Amino acid sequence: MDSTYSMEERFQLRIDKEEKIEARDWMPDAYRKTLIRQVSQHAHSEIVGMLPESNWITRAPSIKRKLALLAKVQDEGGHGLYLYSATETLGINRDELIEQLHTGKAKYSSIFNYPTLSWADIGAIGWLVDGAAIMNQVALCRTSYGPYARAMVRICKEESFHQRQGYDILLTMCKGSEAQKEMVQDAVNRWWWPSLMMFGPNDDASPNSAQSLKWKIKRLSNDELRQRFVDATVPQAEILGISLPDPLLKYNEKRGQYDFGPIDWDEFFQVVAGNGPCNKERLAARVKAHEEGAWVREASVAYAEKQKNRLLSDVAVA
Amino acid sequence: MNDWPLYEIFIRSKNGLNHKHVGSLHAADAHMAIQNARDVYTRRNEGISIWVVEAKNITASNPDESEALFDPAEDKIYRHPTFYKLPDALKHM
Ligand SMILES: [Fe+2]
Ligand SMILES: [Fe+2]
Repeated sequence: MDSTYSMEERFQLRIDKEEKIEARDWMPDAYRKTLIRQVSQHAHSEIVGMLPESNWITRAPSIKRKLALLAKVQDEGGHGLYLYSATETLGINRDELIEQLHTGKAKYSSIFNYPTLSWADIGAIGWLVDGAAIMNQVALCRTSYGPYARAMVRICKEESFHQRQGYDILLTMCKGSEAQKEMVQDAVNRWWWPSLMMFGPNDDASPNSAQSLKWKIKRLSNDELRQRFVDATVPQAEILGISLPDPLLKYNEKRGQYDFGPIDWDEFFQVVAGNGPCNKERLAARVKAHEEGAWVREASVAYAEKQKNRLLSDVAVA
Repeated sequence: MNDWPLYEIFIRSKNGLNHKHVGSLHAADAHMAIQNARDVYTRRNEGISIWVVEAKNITASNPDESEALFDPAEDKIYRHPTFYKLPDALKHM
């Protein structure tokens, strides 16, 4: 290529041509840093996201529901691993990433700082929270960084079952007693707005978005994704026969999309800042699991060492 | 976890196909890497065989040398069958 271009310009040309960037390719420092922040935050969200749902594994109403929920939560652990691995290709190691999560330096999706009060919450999470995550992740399958894009493709294949199992829980409850239907409505009332917040601040309040879009780390803006989610979700709520807690929600004939009310960003920033209902509990559970698992990690290393020595002494005898 | 080496994971989805790189994970040794790869990468019948290779044992070509390595192939169009024009009368070859 023409040597009159700077490294940055050549990089941008590759991006503009839809070329994927791979781990050992040259990339601007800011591109690397942005990715490390975004992908690790995504990884942390998968892992912390297991906590609100694990709350209900032992209390699932049937063995079928329990198996499905276990499988879903196990998937989320796998998603965390794919994304940690993708982050590590950018030159940061796993211990640093875990450290950042446990010390609060790194964020995870704020949605997981809300409590799961009833079984209907598990349905609402699958339908709305996984639904919102899928909207975001489908777009990220085309992200410019190869390892991140490949992790996303793998994750998207697994996600659609998550949303369906959630919706199926709600469908079943909505066909049940009045009390069950009320539980669904209550759960949806509580999860609707936090789900819309998952897409992040409005575009005009999201200063880094433009650069991320230019580098094709993000493929769609926060507001575009949020609109798509609302448009996809409203008809699903109608089939359930429940309402969404927004008096301004209305189909706009002219736009061919739904209008919806303003989001309470004060609440969002409060939760991000650590003042949500479950922030402390979630982080404490994470740190506890890590610390209590230390002996397993140590034992695995000791066992691997022993096996290696045994192999060596076998060779010596032979 | 610093002690746990990184393994690259390759999965054969079914007999007759190549093992294909699917991702990586940390494990105490190769045996554990296979067990973990099974749990992480084959929960939905994605594979019937797993290879694990410690990442440090892979030697990769340098992306900065891509042009020198791969561009020479670009102008050798005579290596492709479409380079050769066949008479219209010839139906199959
Ligand atoms: Fe996930
Ligand atoms: Fe999910």
